[in-house]
Amino acid sequence: MSIWLDERSRVVYQGLTGRAGRFHALRNRAYGTRVVAGTNPSKAGTSVEGIPVFATVGDAVEATRADVSCVFVPAPYVRGAVVEAAEGGVTLVVVITEGVPAKDEAWLGGKLGRDHPEVRVIGPNCPGLISPGKANVGITAGDIALPGGPVGLVSRSGTLTYQALYELKQAGIGVTTCVGIGGDPVPGTSFTDCLAAFEEDPETSAVMMIGEIGGSAEEEAAAFIAEHMTKPVVAYIAGITAPPGKKMGHAGAIVSGGKGTAAAKIETLGAAGVRVGESPAEAGSLMVEVVADL
Amino acid sequence: MDLLEHQGKEFFGRYGLPVSPGFVARGVPGAREIADRLGYPVVVKAQVHIGGRGKAGGIRLAQDAEEVAAAAESILGMDIGGHTVGCVLVEAAARIAAEYYASFTLDRSGGRYLGMLSARGGVDIEAVAESDPGSIARIWVDPVEGLGESEVRGWVRAARLDETAADELVEVLLQLYQAFVDGDADLVEINPLILTTDGRVRVLDAKVTLDDNSLFRHPEYSAYDATQPRDEREASAHALGLQYVGLDGTVGVIANGAGLAMSTVDVVAQAGGAAANFLDIGGGADVDTMAAALRVINNDPSVKAIFINIFGGIVQGEVVAQGILDALDRVELRAPIVLRLDGTNADQGRAMVAPQLSEMLMMADSMSGGAARAVEIAGSG
Repeated sequence: MSIWLDERSRVVYQGLTGRAGRFHALRNRAYGTRVVAGTNPSKAGTSVEGIPVFATVGDAVEATRADVSCVFVPAPYVRGAVVEAAEGGVTLVVVITEGVPAKDEAWLGGKLGRDHPEVRVIGPNCPGLISPGKANVGITAGDIALPGGPVGLVSRSGTLTYQALYELKQAGIGVTTCVGIGGDPVPGTSFTDCLAAFEEDPETSAVMMIGEIGGSAEEEAAAFIAEHMTKPVVAYIAGITAPPGKKMGHAGAIVSGGKGTAAAKIETLGAAGVRVGESPAEAGSLMVEVVADL
Repeated sequence: MDLLEHQGKEFFGRYGLPVSPGFVARGVPGAREIADRLGYPVVVKAQVHIGGRGKAGGIRLAQDAEEVAAAAESILGMDIGGHTVGCVLVEAAARIAAEYYASFTLDRSGGRYLGMLSARGGVDIEAVAESDPGSIARIWVDPVEGLGESEVRGWVRAARLDETAADELVEVLLQLYQAFVDGDADLVEINPLILTTDGRVRVLDAKVTLDDNSLFRHPEYSAYDATQPRDEREASAHALGLQYVGLDGTVGVIANGAGLAMSTVDVVAQAGGAAANFLDIGGGADVDTMAAALRVINNDPSVKAIFINIFGGIVQGEVVAQGILDALDRVELRAPIVLRLDGTNADQGRAMVAPQLSEMLMMADSMSGGAARAVEIAGSG
């Protein structure tokens, strides 16, 4: 099993005809993902390497029964694209685009929460999600993930996700699903959402979470873990040496007013029973120990 | 993007908020001229991107031209928490009857907006939140629903602000909310928001942080970019479009992706060293980006070793290798490079670099191994 994405998922790419959309849709298809459609209002009726292009997500869903959308449109159009996807009938929207204003993200959260509570948004500004051996939606290099579980992985950072998948693969540990939730201030899906799904998933036996400075998502995850998780969790938090008040690359990665430090997050997670590695490599070794004890 | 007080007031002014008349001066004669035009008394205020100006002597009341000159003379060039004062705001002084606090910010975990209002303004609000949390009235706003007049009226009552000024306060708070939302701000804060002795509401200070991601909606914000506090290294990296933060150590860091770059800085510290910088060349970096990154790091005189930590995802190993090789042709290196390369096409990349390996270009086979090697070199250099 895996969470939210598997070999039956049928994916439509919003922005398929753009450079990045085309490149990654084809790469995802080569991985084995069922890439069924793309959208572009001015190119309906055409196709990209055999993938039919529709004017809207609604049209694509009707013709292809797509149930997942992957969004590559430029930042100014993301808000409209996500609403279109939700109204069009998909239940999972994965937004890769970076540079989306926080106001648009907050608005989307409110809008979908009310009008389309069945729709899950992952991202924006994320690498997507991959259920190794089944499907890959987004920009993760599929070959660095070993299929089969028993670890579920959730991360706020793209390349650190790759690093973690690589550490696990080196140790011969497989992954059920790896979710990149993105580095923005208001992500559509939180650590807690992913932890809850992994707790429910029978094939996931342990979870690795990769956080970073800024906000309180890791602290909320710690509270959830302490209260609801029966499966072991290993964590790594980036930015222990980050200076306050500086945005470290990601829009959400900033220590402000003494809040959101890595030290506080590590302490809170530790108190919730999470084993926290000091480096990605150490987190990998901790996971090896956890898996050996399962 | 953080605005200076005078920029924040100009920003507020666009949404109708009542700011006192004032202008910016970079020298003493300019300050006097503005004060003469406004009429006395005036306040002369240091314009820096840091709090605590008052305590540092960066805000002075002046009754006449002589006092303005003396105030401007002492404040201009002053160092406040490491920031040099380059200009002052000269503003008509207001007679203060009461000082309030008002702000809107993003409540990240709830995906909502958080408004805070207090009758205890003019002091550090964090301290008030600690000592007297009950004096801060909070309001959460649904981004889709927005904020209505009657809610704001209730909010003003909950904060126990002066009832006689309620109408004007409600209007100002609605304008502040509009500035926050329509202006795509991450934070709008007025501390203090004052009541004058003749019962009017005035914005006495302005702290505004704008969302960098909203520039496509507000092209005019690019003007604020020039006044962001950056050291020389940060300014040159910014001009080249690189995500760079200057730090105090001796190991120059280049990585792809914000998380990996942050983590690399941490791992250098764990190896007993200190990074000179955070630098993320991005997920889709090309040959030119790598060359630009190396140039910026190489220009930093404190750098004694360079650690390039790349995990190929979209960016492929051979592109990274080509970037480094090209950069070596274009840039005269002053510090040796330790390269760690994994991920997509890493083998091809390593093979390309192999013939060029020397005392100035070394390979590491892991992130922690590379950090340790770079720290060792930096320590011995």
